Amino acid sequence: MTALEASGRSAAPAVDAQASAAGTRPVTPASEHTRRATVRKWAEIALFVGPAMVLFLTFVVYPVVSAARFSLYKWNGVSQFSDAEFIGFENYARALFGGTDPATQQAFTTAYSQPFWEALSHNFAIIFLSMAVQLPIALAVALTLNRRFRGRAFTRVVIFAPYVLSEVIAGTMWLIIFDPNGIATELMRGIGLDMPAGGWFEDPTWGFWTVFFIITWKYVGLAIILFLAGLSGVSEDLQEAAAIDGASWWQIQWRINIPLIGPTIRIWAFLSIIGSIQLFDMVWVLNRGGTAGQYSTIASYMMEIGFFRADWGYGSAIAVIMFFLSFVIALAYMATILRRDNAHPRKAR
Amino acid sequence: MALLAACSSSDPGDGGSTADSTDGGSGDAPVTLTWWHNGVAGDTGENSLGDYWDTVAADYMADHPNVTIEIEQIQNEDLQRTRIPTALQSGDAPDLFQQWGGGEMAAQAEAGYLMDLSDVLADDIDRLGGGVAPWQVDGVTYGLPFQFAVEGIWYRPSLFEEAGITEEPTTMAELDDAVQKLKDAGIVPIAVGASDGWPAAHWWYNFALRSCSQDVVASAGTSLDFSDPCWLDAGTQLEDFLATEPFQPQFTSTVAQTGATSSAGMVANGKAAMELMGQWNYFVYEGFTDGSDEAKQALHDDLDWFPMPATDGGSGDPSAAMGGGDGFSCYVDAPAECADFLAYIVSDDVQRGYAEAVGGLPVAPAAADAVTDPVLQEIAQTTSSAAYVQLWMDTLLGPNVGGAMNDGIVNIFNGTGDAQGVVDMMTAAAATS
Repeated sequence: MTALEASGRSAAPAVDAQASAAGTRPVTPASEHTRRATVRKWAEIALFVGPAMVLFLTFVVYPVVSAARFSLYKWNGVSQFSDAEFIGFENYARALFGGTDPATQQAFTTAYSQPFWEALSHNFAIIFLSMAVQLPIALAVALTLNRRFRGRAFTRVVIFAPYVLSEVIAGTMWLIIFDPNGIATELMRGIGLDMPAGGWFEDPTWGFWTVFFIITWKYVGLAIILFLAGLSGVSEDLQEAAAIDGASWWQIQWRINIPLIGPTIRIWAFLSIIGSIQLFDMVWVLNRGGTAGQYSTIASYMMEIGFFRADWGYGSAIAVIMFFLSFVIALAYMATILRRDNAHPRKAR
Repeated sequence: MALLAACSSSDPGDGGSTADSTDGGSGDAPVTLTWWHNGVAGDTGENSLGDYWDTVAADYMADHPNVTIEIEQIQNEDLQRTRIPTALQSGDAPDLFQQWGGGEMAAQAEAGYLMDLSDVLADDIDRLGGGVAPWQVDGVTYGLPFQFAVEGIWYRPSLFEEAGITEEPTTMAELDDAVQKLKDAGIVPIAVGASDGWPAAHWWYNFALRSCSQDVVASAGTSLDFSDPCWLDAGTQLEDFLATEPFQPQFTSTVAQTGATSSAGMVANGKAAMELMGQWNYFVYEGFTDGSDEAKQALHDDLDWFPMPATDGGSGDPSAAMGGGDGFSCYVDAPAECADFLAYIVSDDVQRGYAEAVGGLPVAPAAADAVTDPVLQEIAQTTSSAAYVQLWMDTLLGPNVGGAMNDGIVNIFNGTGDAQGVVDMMTAAAATS
């Protein structure tokens, strides 16, 4: 890192010296000027992009490449990596369909492939449920709050508070609330209902829904604030004009406000999808994805199997799968849904 | 102390260690030792173990002016799962670090990370006796324990009395009977922190210990072969036991040690009568008092312990027990003083001080008299009179197979898996390692 950075920094003086040395030779002023400008331009690029590039290469590209390398080996994370056995794509096969060895395929399917697909299905369930639940809630709240009233700033802060709260603190709080002897249980008893048989988080049926409730509570504030920011950019002239033309409140929202914050909604959906694929902190704090993976995500599964089960090669394969999934979905989303926003920034509908 | 099962083979000198023979702290050249241990402050801010290690290090430095010991206190799971593995990988490991023995240590030894202590500390290994076995691989010693004890069932005598139970259960039938009586009296019979996984798994370990012969259990650590029907039988026994509903409601949502609603909190607060746990729970329970001497005394006046009851049938010895302990290993490139300091840590006097200051159960036989609490004495007594003490199954099998086993067992508790599932998951994990 320092080598590259240093070369990036020292490039400018060295080149300048060379350039001034070249200046003693008879050259036409114009070409000399152009050459100096070019050198200067590249020196500036190196100076400004260099450090960021070095950081990017060291902390993003290098770990990704390392994980890809580890994922091709059978490695327990303790022994020297040089002693690890190269097994090609067997770790990927184990996660996806129980491996290629008929002798162990049955066992691997139950022990590895099923938990992997279960975790992945939780991620996708959260993506779709976020669209189906968070989006309508956030839109409704944002449209309702998009007017002047006393305590507007306060209300917005309150709505945004869960998002600002650290995941660990929020998770611990919900653990206390949903404790078998906690407030949530008492409230349910108060209205004559009982808590889920296995407890709020660990019940095989209800665990996922409890966690989805918490995720919604945590992230819906972000959507609301983004939508409110988008709505504040919608010209009041349009709304007044529509009102004069006899449009109802509902028609104004449906025909003017919502279409005009389309780019904001699409960006939020993008962040939500990527966040759902990478969801980790909350499920880990609650109880590492559940005692039986009731609300595991692909990231918590990776951590569990990689670190706690010391199956580093396999864990790395999961990491690479997650990386590709995020990458492909992000690219596809960019190329299709976000394209019109990016291509015609001024004509966003 | 009884012969330990974890040491299955005797093939000295084949440990893969590259440690040179050391002569135990000679010369006056300044030496710095880094020491990582798990003595961290608890909820109350009390840290008797960490404080004691500080004293031990200070005393050693006073006697050895050329040695500087730098201590880092790290929370147990962070230490075991993240800090030590990454430090060993990076080649910049602490000189002396916590070592739990078993399969994980064997993997570290095989990778050549650990100093071979067999010759350097031969006298100390002899002095400590059979308790060292879990810190040995093929007869080579890679660490020394300072604490070792069996687990058993903690209970509140006042609740037993309330339910009309007069004798400590010695068989599973008697335990079932006690469970029923407690339920009839409206008392939660047994608390288990199944949310943490391992506390639930320990029930299965004990059933396995009864149904499997010593050979089968001990060799499982190296053969990773679980085809013997006794492994399946352990899960069936657990299923039968769960069917009697001996545990608190929503046990899979209960943690072991944190908060009043944890399994330890329930026992400490008199909300549950029993809990299967290691000797450390003596102190975990104290953490739920206000910390005053009177409150602790009141707790201990109404707290007792009995060994895990014997099951019917099975190939295991009924007096065999599950147990485990804590020790330290020296990094392979650590200075010679590391081994010397480790010998000091497990010396009779320091072990006696450990029992007195921390209340732990020392490994050194000569320090046994320093244990004064009657319950801890009983645990020490059971440890030494057991037919054999089997190291915790998850420690024995290492993180991969051991973790798969624990997950499979928790699935039984969750109702999402069965006895066969545990064996299948262990077999699958074994095939990957």
